[in-house]
Amino acid sequence: MTTTIDATTPPVGDATHAAGTDATAPPRRHLSAGELAAVRADFPLLQRTLRDGRRLVYLDTGATSQKPDVVLDAEQDFYTQRNAAVHRGAHQLAEEATEAFETAREQVARFVGADADEIVWTSNATAAINLVAYAMSNASLGRGGDAARRFALAPGDEIVVTEAEHHANLVPWQELAARTGATLRWIGVDDDGRLRLDELATVVTERTKVLAFTHASNVTGAVTRVAPFVARAREVGALTVLDACQSVPHMPVDLHALGVDFAAFSGHKMLGPTGVGALYGRRELLAAMPPVTTGGSMVEVVTMAGTTYAPPPQRFEAGTQMVSQAIGMGAAATYLAELGMDAVEAHEQTLTQLLLDAVASVPGVRLVGPADARERLATVAFVVDGVHAHDVGQVLDDAGVAVRVGHHCAQPLHRRFGVAATARATAGVYTSAEDVEAFREALAGVRTFFGLESAPGVPGGAAGKGTGAR
Amino acid sequence: MSTGSMEQLYQQVILDHAKFPHGRGLPTDGLGPAGASATAVVDHGTCAAQSHQVNPTCGDEVTLRVDLDTSGAAPVVSDVRWEGQGCSISQASVSVLHDLVVGADLARVDELGRHFRLLMSSRGAGVDEAVEEDLGDAAAFTGVSRYPARIKCALLGWSALNDALIRTGATAPATPTKETA
Repeated sequence: MTTTIDATTPPVGDATHAAGTDATAPPRRHLSAGELAAVRADFPLLQRTLRDGRRLVYLDTGATSQKPDVVLDAEQDFYTQRNAAVHRGAHQLAEEATEAFETAREQVARFVGADADEIVWTSNATAAINLVAYAMSNASLGRGGDAARRFALAPGDEIVVTEAEHHANLVPWQELAARTGATLRWIGVDDDGRLRLDELATVVTERTKVLAFTHASNVTGAVTRVAPFVARAREVGALTVLDACQSVPHMPVDLHALGVDFAAFSGHKMLGPTGVGALYGRRELLAAMPPVTTGGSMVEVVTMAGTTYAPPPQRFEAGTQMVSQAIGMGAAATYLAELGMDAVEAHEQTLTQLLLDAVASVPGVRLVGPADARERLATVAFVVDGVHAHDVGQVLDDAGVAVRVGHHCAQPLHRRFGVAATARATAGVYTSAEDVEAFREALAGVRTFFGLESAPGVPGGAAGKGTGAR
Repeated sequence: MSTGSMEQLYQQVILDHAKFPHGRGLPTDGLGPAGASATAVVDHGTCAAQSHQVNPTCGDEVTLRVDLDTSGAAPVVSDVRWEGQGCSISQASVSVLHDLVVGADLARVDELGRHFRLLMSSRGAGVDEAVEEDLGDAAAFTGVSRYPARIKCALLGWSALNDALIRTGATAPATPTKETA
């Protein structure tokens, strides 16, 4: 646990993608070939093969990451050595379990530039965003008293999101608006998928109470410049909620420096287990926020007449917690921190460029999102002309290449681009240039397979030679 | 690219139906735009209804209108028109459905639907020869049943047909029975 209460407003930073723009910054460290090989060896799943002994090319890290041994071991160690109820019981095991649980909180907090008491465990990032939305809902009903009034919404108030949001950072706000009578508005995206910063001045107004936006799009990979959002929100007195699911695993993130009020991220996308995510909230805000899920472990004094609540983060952690998963998430944060997020980011920027080059090299394939590697993560969505994304994914899968297809839980963004679905390749710290090359080769065969175009030297499409067709 | 499994999945008949779909295009004087379901319009021995179905995991959509001739003893499907967007499997499947059910009475439509669902649950093993024969072009979807994520694609149109038929109120299609093989 960290020390003093600091109720002052933190500074606004813009520690987004370094983008190599800061000439004074020390040169960023890349992963050497040897380091990458060692990293890959840490992930047992990457050693397996697919149907017919094919090599696995995992390019779906944006959906969920694979897990290194240290994470699996941390969970195993908890259950074989330390399992006991946390925050209750005075026996040695309970103490050790509690210590492991709280150490994980410190590890995760440090990883994102926060203090431990500003990190609330949630079951996933969706739950983290819903926690804020429902706390505001409760505040709107008068719960939490005067201190919570800043979270209250009423007709006439506005909630602002963006058109680029994952449904997890859109639907909870639609629902909050419906419950409170507030109005939902949104910032648009330009043709490259970048948020329209110019709309901040007009869409975010004195009526805005919440500004919820993604740090990095899970479709276009576009990284948001956080500073203008935070600055505008502060001008009008709105709370900021950052969806950091895609940024935290792939680039250095310092939440204090960014100056956001809340942030959500998940364990399973950052090499940790499923079933655990985290809500970051500035200390003074969490302290003023009414609880959402109520019951055991989140109380101070309970009488038949009423209840007082524990200070955060416990106030928001009712019931038995996902202890082993939290410990696994702590181990994942430590693993990434030891690799160095600057090195992880630099490695993935190389992969971003390779993925962009791969997509650009195949005729009939269109990128969705910014083409400049410096503005984005290694999350590369694309459309193959004449072939539906599902069919693209199927042919890639046949080559052992795992990508995601569909709308990636971002239907409005797809509608904005006039497509129902895209295919999306996403890299992670363990992704290699060979993976991207295998992806490129498989992608080059897609249109050929569907008889749309012959690759050089290959006469005709390969499709339709199966037997049994009538 | 490997050979075999992809060719088995994407048989020529599927690719052809995907490229040149049958029954596509909703009548403009119809029951409402694509994307909307509509309950029956009954008119002198005819009856029509429309169903909009979405596969929420991928966003594939189909809006299917069925027209029934209810003047005889048993209602007969006089037309199927549809609009949709999605992968080749989902679009081809609606096209094949159109060819199979237009002209069929509701008992026969039920039987075809049951047979197709049976094929989809066969995990690539296919169905016996008589059923396969019965399914005609739809038997080409055998390969789809090996890929659990794609089965929903092939069934999207059939779900829309089922829902549209219920909406006609002409007769509730019998629930698929397991013992039918």
